[in-house]
Amino acid sequence: MTLDQATRVKGGIGQSTIRPDGIPKLTGDFAFVNDLFAEGMLHAATRRSPHAKARIVSIDIAPALAMAGVHTVITQEDVPGDPLFGLEDRDQPVFAHDEINYWGEPIAVVAADDRETARRAAAAIEIEFDVLEPLTDPEEAERQGSVFRHMKIRNGDQDLHGEVVVEGYYETAMQDQAPLGTEAGLAVPDGEGGIDLYGPSQWVHADHEQVYPCLGLAPEQVRVHPSGLGGAFGSREDMSLQIHICLLAQITGRPVKMEYDRSESFTGHVHRHPSRMWYRHEADREGNLVRVEAKIILDGGAFMSTTNAVMANASYFAVGPYRVPSVQVDGYGVKTNNPTCGAMRGFGAVQSCFGYESQMDRLAEKLGMDPVGLRLKNALAPGDRIPTTGQLIETALPAAECLEQVRLMPLPPPLDSDDPRHLPGGTGLTTPRSAVKRGVGYALGIKNLEFSEGFDDYAEASVVLTPAGAEVHTSAVECGQGLMVVCQQIARSALGMEHVAFVHDNTSDMGSAGSTSASRQTQMTGGAVLEAARGLKAEVLKTHGGDDLNDEGVWRDGSLVATMDEVCANGPVTFHTQYRHPPTEPPNETGQGNIHADFAVAAHRAVVDVDPELGLVRVVQIDTAQDVGKALNPQSVIGQVEGGIMQGVGLATMEEMVVDRGRILNANFTDYLLPTFLDAPNVEAILIEQEGSWGPFGAKGVGEPPTISSTPAIVAAIADAVGKHFNRVPVRPQDITGVL
Amino acid sequence: MIDITLTVNGEDRSASVRDSESLLTVLRETLALPGSKPACEQGECGSCSVVLDGELVCSCLVMAADCDESIVRTVEGLAQGDKLHPVQQAMLDSGGVQCGFCTPGFVVAAAHYLDENPDPSSDELREELSGNICRCTGYGAILRALEGLAQR
Repeated sequence: MTLDQATRVKGGIGQSTIRPDGIPKLTGDFAFVNDLFAEGMLHAATRRSPHAKARIVSIDIAPALAMAGVHTVITQEDVPGDPLFGLEDRDQPVFAHDEINYWGEPIAVVAADDRETARRAAAAIEIEFDVLEPLTDPEEAERQGSVFRHMKIRNGDQDLHGEVVVEGYYETAMQDQAPLGTEAGLAVPDGEGGIDLYGPSQWVHADHEQVYPCLGLAPEQVRVHPSGLGGAFGSREDMSLQIHICLLAQITGRPVKMEYDRSESFTGHVHRHPSRMWYRHEADREGNLVRVEAKIILDGGAFMSTTNAVMANASYFAVGPYRVPSVQVDGYGVKTNNPTCGAMRGFGAVQSCFGYESQMDRLAEKLGMDPVGLRLKNALAPGDRIPTTGQLIETALPAAECLEQVRLMPLPPPLDSDDPRHLPGGTGLTTPRSAVKRGVGYALGIKNLEFSEGFDDYAEASVVLTPAGAEVHTSAVECGQGLMVVCQQIARSALGMEHVAFVHDNTSDMGSAGSTSASRQTQMTGGAVLEAARGLKAEVLKTHGGDDLNDEGVWRDGSLVATMDEVCANGPVTFHTQYRHPPTEPPNETGQGNIHADFAVAAHRAVVDVDPELGLVRVVQIDTAQDVGKALNPQSVIGQVEGGIMQGVGLATMEEMVVDRGRILNANFTDYLLPTFLDAPNVEAILIEQEGSWGPFGAKGVGEPPTISSTPAIVAAIADAVGKHFNRVPVRPQDITGVL
Repeated sequence: MIDITLTVNGEDRSASVRDSESLLTVLRETLALPGSKPACEQGECGSCSVVLDGELVCSCLVMAADCDESIVRTVEGLAQGDKLHPVQQAMLDSGGVQCGFCTPGFVVAAAHYLDENPDPSSDELREELSGNICRCTGYGAILRALEGLAQR
């Protein structure tokens, strides 16, 4: 099928088709996990540790159990199955029982008639702690060998050196995904000893793998249902309340609902790893990169979560989308008593991009070169090898094109207004226009798409023909990004049919779609849907001797030879696939190998206005060009670009979880700042469509690249405005003024 | 428990509420109107925006017991049958909906503002809606939706 034929179908690919969940979300009818209700359900609450490191001397649940309306209180000794869970390694107890490893670690849960009673009962549990000194310095953790994984990368001649040398130290803060919906879920006993779980999941099969062993049940006794999420951005890859509510439902025999408030959401899910990075860049006098050395420490906190993969990503992309003949990278994911860190949009590539792009600007300055020119001179292209892993780039990778396109975009007009809404600080703080300095900064970023390092990464889907039209069946989770509509579009184009419904299947009814993360579902579940739809079409055409299919049925030589009722005379016709991306392999001992399935690049240019005296920043505009392969739904792609950039704006200018000796000090929306409408810059985007990716119709994942290089572009712009380098994000007012 | 009666989306409703319960909790859990969302429950994000006696409020900050004899409009009261409110239709068409958790509060706040200010500037829209946080869209598609309405 050619693209032209495919795009002809109404609601097919290449069109900004309206999403099926749009209207229910606008009218308030859409059921988020927070909105779930079951007749007779109990409400649950969690008791958490007030210490980052301690021994539990005793737990007395009697005061909670004695309260009217309390049905049960459970601790680790009530867990009937596997006492441990974890996404990559089962290293975390369902409840802390002898030792506490982080502030907020769950110790017990309560089920009661109503939420208020449950919360009061959880608070009434009496726990005696022997408080210990927490390990919270990630460098000390590395020295002590408290390391989840050390990633060692050596590529090229290690004795190569350049004449021009720039060294730098960089930090990125702990960022929170802060999805607007908090964690919530409902567990419903099926009356036969099993449980149906509706929870906050980005990958229902991974939840299933962790839940049923802890319950001591057989796999088929637990069904995890894709459920309505108020965003995710990585925060729902790990377990939060899933096992807890299933245990309570199992023990009480009643449906159990739990809903975190915002403070508990900050405590109860993983965060973006804070990083510390040491860089040394060496180049020749013409600006050709010769060697890059990097040491990166990511603080994984108390339990492993996805630290190993995040740290590996930070290491694999430690030098960015540039040709470098000699590379040495040492990445460490360390174990501390800080909050556990895991997945957040960009997944390690965000941290190191701030490091290498800051280095590129300093190197350009030292060389007396234009920073864009330095990047273009070294930009990777197809046929090059990834400088860390040595992997040959065989698909499109328009790094230079992205940067060139961004440079050509028109700059916004100069600041010409005294309206405080246009000034740094906005209406809340007074900055005279005369004090404002404008700056412009560029950055380029790269990330892998899909799961890597030899992981068996696949997605299952079915496409079904019924008399009423086609159905796409998958267990892939929609977090809000538009997965459902893109699956419909792909199926419409492949089948040549307009009537395509999206159906979510639970873990018993459908195989895994893999995680809705790593920018992977458009390519992976989209790829499975395309394969299934093509297979289904070929099968019915063959059965009925046809040469075309549409909503009416099968056609041959322009005549209808079988109506849809006739096609489905023996019931719905189903085609199921398990779709895999090109194979990857684990790294060797120096980090070499064909480790990644696909790559994407993006470039950003930030324009900022800064008040250097008060240290205030207004991000005026972000221009971007992004490598998308093929934009299957342009409106959705722009939505990912704009939304992803705003999370980069947040990390650059305001978002930081403040952690003191393991304790989060700002676990609420008053103190953890998120960009508002007034903080939002104008965004102009160019989508670079180059053929070559194996994704459906050449599509690449688009969710993460916007969040990677937007942050360093903003920091570069602030640096340009005030004539001073910055080595940490977010850039705080005191970093600009130099006055605390 | 305190008994209150109120008019919600044109309908007379009554509820027995605890003195500690917010209007948001009572709307969602007692009156079966879960469209208004609990995202921060401290008045920072606007996800629970409703119109209370003609004023836009964060329903998480209003005690339900104080709402006796009040008139409340929630997101569930915006569409007329199958016909979306113009703000809802514009948000749908522009791609202003992603995860959707901020969406009810956004459309309630925007509809209320546009009722009183039918032709705002972009700056005014940004400022008036700066109490509604969206984590998904970066606000671009929402701004395009509302600018399109303002120009009519």
